[in-house]
Amino acid sequence: MLNEPVDPDVDLHVPPRPPAARRERQGPVVAAVALGGALGAVARYGSSLLWPTAPGAFPWTTMAVNTAGCALIGVLMAVLGAARTAHTLTRPFLGTGVLGGFTTFSTYAVDIQRLVEDGKAATGLAYLALTLLAALAAVWAAATGTRRVLCRRRRVLEERRRALEERRRAPEECGEGGRTR
Amino acid sequence: MNWLLVIAGAMVGAPLRYLTDRAVQSRHDTVFPWGTFTVNVAGCLVLGLVTGAVAAGAASSQVQLLVGTGLCGALTTYSTFSYETLRLAEGGARFFAVANAAGSVVAGLGSAFVGAAVAQAGWG
Repeated sequence: MLNEPVDPDVDLHVPPRPPAARRERQGPVVAAVALGGALGAVARYGSSLLWPTAPGAFPWTTMAVNTAGCALIGVLMAVLGAARTAHTLTRPFLGTGVLGGFTTFSTYAVDIQRLVEDGKAATGLAYLALTLLAALAAVWAAATGTRRVLCRRRRVLEERRRALEERRRAPEECGEGGRTR
Repeated sequence: MNWLLVIAGAMVGAPLRYLTDRAVQSRHDTVFPWGTFTVNVAGCLVLGLVTGAVAAGAASSQVQLLVGTGLCGALTTYSTFSYETLRLAEGGARFFAVANAAGSVVAGLGSAFVGAAVAQAGWG
């Protein structure tokens, strides 16, 4: 027991990075998350002003915001997964920042709590279930749909590239005498 | 002014979520997204407290905007929660996917109720 490492998560074979260097590298990411989070929160606050929910009513606006944010993160992650090159701050800014700041779990929970407290338990329960279902359906549909579209597009581009290459390889056959375009 | 309060709160809440998630995720090696779970449950507790305090007249609507709409709104997330649930389901960790969805809702709701009850006991 005495010989076991104090912190089993730390791989002792890898020299730990000095904390100063780690902090340095975190700076731009934290800034991107903060900026994105502010933009997302402003969009959410704006939505709540544009479409206010009366006390005791079904919180449609929060549900729409959360569902839209879930659909958008599905698209974003599928695009980033297929992208060969993306800026390192794209995901922290758009995913963690903007969409994380836009969607909210705390308002969702407190909305339900208040509905129950106001004697609108049925509305609260419907809101609880509908938001969860809509959010999960949105992220699934958006991610799989985007992946499918990107796959099809890549296949079409690949086929076009192959056809073009074949034409390049046999210019005489096509009677185009070395023209590549 | 109201917009600035929301922005100020969010500029603290979103990085706090990111840093908490990183700190929590580096301390365990299960596939369960404890980082997002932690910030969501903590945010529900704080928002329950703040909303309760405002309802009792112990806090102003400015506090609601700064700490509630801005900080708690940006600290908690539905998009990452749902995406992580999807990833668990797609990765074959069906049990963890269901546990994450059900556990987050139950724990988040529970802490919202606790926060509101504490506020009521303190200021109600």
